Formats: sequence, C-alpha cells, structure tokens
Amino acid sequence: MSDIKYLPGKEPHPREHRLIFKNIDREGWDPSIDTYTADGGYEQLKKAMAMEPGDITTEVKKSGLRGRGGAGFPTGVKWGFIPPKNTKPVYLICNCDESEPGTFKDRYIVHQDPHQLIEGMVISAFAVGAHTAFIYMREEFPEAAITMEKAIEEAREKGYVGKNILGTGFDLEIWVHRGAAAYICGEETGLIESLEGKRPYPRIKPPYFPAALGLYMAPTIVNNVESLCHVKHVIEMGGEEYAKLGVDRNTGTRILCVSGDVQKPGYYEIEVGKMTMRELLNEVCGGPLEGRSFKAVIPGGSSSKILRCDETFQIGRGEDAKDLSFWDIQLDFDTLAACGSMAGSGGVIVLDDTRKMSWVLNNINHFYAHESCGQCTPCREGSTWMKKISDRIVEGKATPEDITTLEEVAYQIDGKTVCAFGEASSWPVEAIISKFRDELTADTNENNERLSKEQLQREMFLGK
Amino acid sequence: MSDTPTTTKLLPKDEAAEKGLVNVQIDGNWIQVPRGTRMIEACKIAEKEVPHYCYHPKLTSPGNCRMCLVQMGMPPRPAPGADPVFGDDGYQEIGWMPRPVIACANTVAENMGIKTSGDLVEKTREGVMEFLLINHPLDCPICDQAGECSLQEFSVEHGRGQSRFVEDKIKKPKNVDIGPRINLDDERCIMCSRCIRFMDEVADDAVLGFSERGTHTTVTCHPDRRLDSNYGMNTIDLCPVGALTSKDFRFQMRVWFLKETKSIDVNCGTGCNTTVWTRGNQVYRVTPRRNDDVNSEWMPDSHRLAFHEVQGENRLTDPMIKVDGKHEITDWNTAINSAADALKEFESSEVAIIASARQTNEELFLTQGLADTIGTENVATVERTGEPDGKLISADRNPNTNGAKLLLGDSTAKLATIKDGLNDGSIKALIVLNEDLFEEANFSHDDLAGAELIISSHIIANKTAHASDIVLPGASFAEKRGSMVNVTGRLQRLNQAIQPSGNSKEDWEIIRDLILAINGESNDMYMIEDVVKMIAENVTEFNGLTFSKIGDQGTQLIETGVEIPLLTKERERAAAGIIVG
Repeated sequence: MSDIKYLPGKEPHPREHRLIFKNIDREGWDPSIDTYTADGGYEQLKKAMAMEPGDITTEVKKSGLRGRGGAGFPTGVKWGFIPPKNTKPVYLICNCDESEPGTFKDRYIVHQDPHQLIEGMVISAFAVGAHTAFIYMREEFPEAAITMEKAIEEAREKGYVGKNILGTGFDLEIWVHRGAAAYICGEETGLIESLEGKRPYPRIKPPYFPAALGLYMAPTIVNNVESLCHVKHVIEMGGEEYAKLGVDRNTGTRILCVSGDVQKPGYYEIEVGKMTMRELLNEVCGGPLEGRSFKAVIPGGSSSKILRCDETFQIGRGEDAKDLSFWDIQLDFDTLAACGSMAGSGGVIVLDDTRKMSWVLNNINHFYAHESCGQCTPCREGSTWMKKISDRIVEGKATPEDITTLEEVAYQIDGKTVCAFGEASSWPVEAIISKFRDELTADTNENNERLSKEQLQREMFLGK
Repeated sequence: MSDTPTTTKLLPKDEAAEKGLVNVQIDGNWIQVPRGTRMIEACKIAEKEVPHYCYHPKLTSPGNCRMCLVQMGMPPRPAPGADPVFGDDGYQEIGWMPRPVIACANTVAENMGIKTSGDLVEKTREGVMEFLLINHPLDCPICDQAGECSLQEFSVEHGRGQSRFVEDKIKKPKNVDIGPRINLDDERCIMCSRCIRFMDEVADDAVLGFSERGTHTTVTCHPDRRLDSNYGMNTIDLCPVGALTSKDFRFQMRVWFLKETKSIDVNCGTGCNTTVWTRGNQVYRVTPRRNDDVNSEWMPDSHRLAFHEVQGENRLTDPMIKVDGKHEITDWNTAINSAADALKEFESSEVAIIASARQTNEELFLTQGLADTIGTENVATVERTGEPDGKLISADRNPNTNGAKLLLGDSTAKLATIKDGLNDGSIKALIVLNEDLFEEANFSHDDLAGAELIISSHIIANKTAHASDIVLPGASFAEKRGSMVNVTGRLQRLNQAIQPSGNSKEDWEIIRDLILAINGESNDMYMIEDVVKMIAENVTEFNGLTFSKIGDQGTQLIETGVEIPLLTKERERAAAGIIVG
C-alpha cells in the first residue's frame, strides 16, 4: 500500500492501518467505477460468487467481525439468525443513518468510495440470500444519495448489480432510501418501520427480531456501512487471516472519529485494540490544545458513558483482575465495556479542562430530548425532563437537590424502554453525574427557588 | 440426592407438556397455563393484577406505556454437554433477569418465573407513573374521566404520591373538535395509542395517528379527515384517561353517581351487550359491554346514542282515549276496560294484531295469548331491514326477529293479508304493538279508512298513536325486563335500568291486563318471571330456561348459522396470535 498517495495534509498517521479508508482522501481517486475496478475493485465479488453462500457466512464468523454501528454484535452470528426453514424473501439493509453525535466515518465511505459499499453489500446479500437490499441514507447526506445511486447504476451496467450478477443467476436490486432526519431511524427496527413508510417507532423485541420478523415481517439483516465494507475485506483476506488483525475477540480495523479538544481531530483507522488512549490522544491526535489539559473522553459516541482522564478502572475477574488507568485503555470493544463504557460507533469526543461538565451534560440532554421518538413513556417524558433540569443547572438556577432528581430520573429511564434509546439518553447523565458530581453541585445553589417560570410568574402576579 | 432415579414419576414440565401447558411461577406460586399465553394473561389467571395502559386483549400490543413491566426469570442455560438440574420440587432454579420486561407482549415459557411485586417492579412502576404525570394537566376536578381513570387508579396504587417536577409543563391542543361526537384533549393524552390501533385494526378507518415527536407527541386526525366513523365512540371507552371524551356525555354527570345496569342494544338483530348508566330516572349514557359471542367489546355510535329517544319530548306518558276526535288522558283501568269492551264489538276474524319483532319474548308470548283470547289468527310482524355494515350492524334491524319466529310463527307475510282485509272490509279492528303503521309498516290513511277501532301501544307519540282510538303507553328498553333472541340465536336479557316514564307501564303488563279484561279471568301472572315460566313450559326451545339461567352473557338458544362479521375477523386475528382476543 506504500504506493498509495494521499492528498496533501490528509495523509494517514503512520499508526493507522487503512483497510476501509484506503481510498479516502486518496490522490487521483474519484467515486467512479472505473477508478474502483482499476484498483482491483469487484474482484472480491467475483471470488465470493464462486463460493457457497454458507461458506461466506462461515468466513465472516471466523473473521470475528463485530458490528461497527454501536452494539458490536458479531456480524456472522447475526446472519445466522435467519430461520433455517424460512420461505419468505430475505432483505438486506445497509444502515447509513449515521447520526450518533461524534461519529463521522460512514459519510466518507458513501461520499468517496461508494463501490466498496456496493461490493460489500452484494457479497453480504449473496451470503444471506437477499434479492432486495436497501441503503437507508440519512437525510443530511443528499450528495451521498446521488453518488450512491450513480454508483449503483454504474455497477448495474457492469453486471455487478441487478439480474443475473456475473452470470451466476443471482439477482440483487439495491435501493437508496432517504430518511427524514431523525436519530431514531438509526435504531434498526425504527429504520425498518421508516422504510415501510411509517413513523420510525422501534419495535418490541421479542417478538420482532429483524432476522426473523423484519421488513414487511420477513427476515431482514441490518448492517452498518462500515461492517458491510469489512465483509469485502474478510473475503479478500480469508476469515482466519482477517482475525489476525486486532486482538482476540476484537478483530479487524475500525475507524475512530476523534472530535473536540485535540490538536488533530479527524478519522483514524486503527487495528482494534492495538492502540491505547494515551497513544490515540497524545501520539496520533497530537495531544491537547495549547495550554490545556485533557479532562474527559466520551469514547463511543455521545450515548456512551464518559471516562475521566484521571480514572482508574478495576477490570477482569478472579486471577485476571487488575487496575487499569484511563491512559492504558486498549481501544477495543471488550476493554471499553469492562471500563463501564462502550466502543459504540467509534465517535471519540475529547473534552479538556476548559469544558464545564454542566454544559456538556446539557448539550447531550438537548440532543436526546429533541430526538426521542415519543413512543414509550420513560424516554418520551424523561429525556425532556432531564433537559429541563440541566437547563436550570447551566443557567445557575438549580439546587443540589436537582442533581439527585436528575440522576434518579436517568435511572428511571435506563432499562425500561422499548429500544436502546433509553440507555443512550440516560447513560451519559448517569456517568457525568457520578463522575463529576462535585463540579455539577458547585453550579447549583441551595437558595435557588425551585419554581418554574410559570410558577414564578404566578407568584409575581399574585404578590408574595 | 441419589444418582439413579428412584421413581418414574414425571417432571412437572412433562406433565404440563402432555396437556399443552407450561409451568409458570408467579410471585412464588406455580401454575399451569396454555403454551403461548401472554405473561400478563398468565398473571391474570394467577389473580395478580399487572397495571397497564396500552395493552388491550382485542388490539395489537405495541408495548409502549411500560406500565406492565415485571421481573422475569428463566432457568440458566446449562453448560454445553451438561443436563439441566431439577430441584426436589421438580423445577429448575430460576435465574432472575436484572431488567424488567413487559408482560403484555411476551409469552410464557416452561419454568418461567414472574414477579409482579418486589423492589425492581415497584420502583419501575413508580417511575413510569411519575413520567406519565409530569406533563399531565391534573385537571381531574373538571375531567369527565375522573372516577373511571386508569391514571388516577394506578397513581393511587403505584405512584409516589408527590411530584418532583418543578418545570413548566408541555402545552398541547385542548378541546379539539376531532369528530362530530368526540372531543380531544391532547394534554391529558398519555400516548398509549389504543385509539389509533382501534381505528386502524377494528374500525377499518385509520384516521388517527401521532404527529410531532418526543414529549411533544400529539394524537391527531389525518389532514382533512375527522374521527367520524360510526365506531369512533369506542375510542372514548378505550381511552384510559380523559383525552377522548363524548360530546354527548361530557360535563353531564360525575360517573361515580351513575348506576350501571347490564342490558342489550335493541337497534338491530346483533343485540350488542351494553351497560346502561343512570341516575335517578334518567339515562346518561350507554356503553358496550364485553361479550365475545356477540359484540366483542364494541358497539356502533348510532346505537349507543339511540337511548335519547327514551327521554325525548314525544314520550307517551299516560293512557288516552279519543273523544270527539281528540285524545283525552285517562286512567289505566278505564283505558284497558274500554279497549276490551270495544274489541268485544267485533267478530274474532275482524280483529288483527300488528305485533313487533321489537317486542321481548315475554311480550310476544302474551301477544299470541291475546290473539288466542280474541280468537283471531291475524297476527303479523313488520320486517325491518337495512344495509349491514360488515361489522356489528345486522341487516335485520329488529332486535328479536328470531324470538318472533319462535313465538308467533312466520308472521311477516300476514301483514299484507291484514292490509288487504282492511281494504276489503273483512278486518275492522286493529291492535298495534310497538309499531308505527305509517312510517314503518307502509300503511296509508286510505288503508285505515275502514278501520273502526285502533288500539295502539308505543313509547312515542307517533302517527299511529294520533290515529288511535285508545293509546296505551309502553316502556322503553331501559325501563323493562325481558329477553330477546339475536341473529345468531343467542337468548339475551334486558334489565330494567329506570322506571317507565310518567304513568306508562311495562308492555307485558299492558297485554296481560288486556287479556284479563277480555276473558274476565283472574290474574295468575304477577311478575314477569311467571311469564318466563309459562314460555319455558309451552315453547320447546325455551324448556327449562329462567332469567337467571340466561345470565349476563346470554345463552345459545338455537343455531341460525348467522355469523357476526366483526367477530369472525377478531377470531382470525386471535388465531394468528396478532391479538389475545
């Protein structure tokens, strides 16, 4: 790969391992199919189409590939959930509703390297037996929708998409479907409802596990853009070889999207688990901004639990138990989970000592209050309540009691909702309060009136 | 424990499996329920109430209110190659899940454990209750739902009793004119979506939906549409809070003052089961009552509101005799005796009775008795049909056609004979019971020109009453007891909710008195039960029946083969597991 040249100023960091992002910011690169095939594109499709579909799934299982959308569920295992005696059509959906704050990886793939995604999708569709696939594109990517549709047409002309792909008799239609700007459409069952033309209310699970009862109540596989692209590389390298990338049970590469208070924010594709927080923040991202120091990191998109830079975690059990400092955290699924957070969607949000945590908390609360779909009670009512309390904390109108209420409200949401949005909105609150309680309490005042604007007006009108 | 099994006794799981059942532990007690039972229904069988808002057995379960969260446990999966371990009681140990699950949409499994109480469940309910109330206007004092509001009830049982919410509440549309019969208050709504699902799944008119999102989510009608379905008012009953209220009933009466009487609808042959809500001698509302063999839990709006006729201004309240072309109020003795004396002036064959398939079985039986006393065979009933709506409204708009067939024989054809008789002068006297000759039996004034005597009994001052020589005011469906046979052949009961209006009388007494006045015999029927007893003794199909044996849910009397379309659809949905049913 040493012969690949990148645009000036966009060169990958030497510690990166570019697999998915090989062509991003590449000199002389464009999203056309000619450029892609000249670079060896669609060769893996030809290889895959010569395989048995079941063998592709086996390779993906062997590769240990875990979903890159947030939950980190093994992709091959997910494919295996399609009922064996299924007689309904199977659908493949590419989740390109990338909307977790702090995440900006899929957008580069769909804007700059659409054929990599198409190749990954056709291979995946062949593996799961889908003849119809959808790319659910978030509304904020209008250009990408055009790029993708053009790329699909190009691929169709070359016989990679459509009827009788590569003369194998396998048919696949890929449709780009644009969302209408709602975070909840990234939740797979919400996405499916939206695709069916309904409000994106997530479905209850059980019984509506997409692999059995998904789109139009037929088996449906929903995979993230990056995950589907990885499938191509699994075929290229072979499952076992792919699994040598990264660390045990956390294989392959993944793209970290670093934003916030660092010298060099941006996207970095690394081998999973082969880099520590220290290396990422200080080495790859160039350390803190001038005269500042790191305070905290949200490691996997805004819904993951915040980590303090001065924290030490007790991880492992029994003989494996050990203390792990924040700086020594390996950036993989399992270590971050052991530290009480998650690798999520790879959105690393860095906060330095100039950031007030009450503001951070309020910012996150505003997002989730705005994006709650409103279907189930705890999330619908709780997310806005949390926002309103944190509004008052930011305005200096809260009392210490409000911090307690806020924390309890978060726990009243957590684990009680239809979909994972409940956790997405409550985890940041729980973590920020438990880790920065003193700082938040310092923003409150016992003497503040705990009255709403409405109540205050009433008091003023009536005279105290 | 010994290594070798000492007995061949079956494990509880095997015993249950033989019967298609599974063992479920609910709050510490093991019960057996059919495989596939929803957890919430299993808890009901175990007499453990699980509070809920969005769940309804006749509708799909979206699981959105989160009120029915309970703790669930299953035996841990044995390690690969290991066998499950059964305790001395034959059950596997239950591993309890740390997170609550919804009881409404999940089904039971063998050896499952459910806890409907305990710290986790109680904390969860308290949390959900608090969330439901923070943006609720708490305007209970002026809310029609107060007294029958699930929000109030579960708030008392599961709420924290005090609010921690000090923020401004969300403002939403109030007093929304959502349909001709229904008002919507969006601030009271808890977004359970029952109304939306009902209109989509049962009423086949998906006019409702949510707009906005998050805490601003608002139930609304689709653009340019109104909630004007003839089944729309069922959403009022379904609404667990005061968001959807009836324009007809709102602000009329606090519900706790109302007395409930179980009855049936008399506006068509289906005979929807109803509850009649009264205070004093006034009916305030009629609501459907569950009967899975008749109307599920629904009824059409047109039938629900038909009770207003009962207390309309045209009610007949006193017996009257026409003197010099003008009706004069009289007492019952005079009216009945005058009627009997007048009838005696005619030959038996000159008298005809126009009876009605709106009459109860008891009234029809006595009508036949009246005909026998007079000695006439001229007894007819009036057919009344309309378009069926494919749901609950039957093409037969008489509530007791099957009863009339059983007690009077096939009497509809005789109407034409009687009309001919009036025109050719062979019939000179008419007794009209619960029918209007002009509006409903298609008689003209010319047809009646030759009638020398018309005696009629009705509740409304209709054209027949105006034409009658003697008017005998009867009782409405809400004012009397009796039984009817619906289109499917089900025998059902009317109960008396209020007293007959003014000086009017229960119809069976009027006919009895007329019979006694004609034949001069002494009374042997003091109560309607005496009539029921005579029917049971004289009509084969009714053998052995009493009012109490009919019961609140009715009893199948004959098989007509008629199906109620709404029930057919409901049963299909239940069989497919879409609803509990």
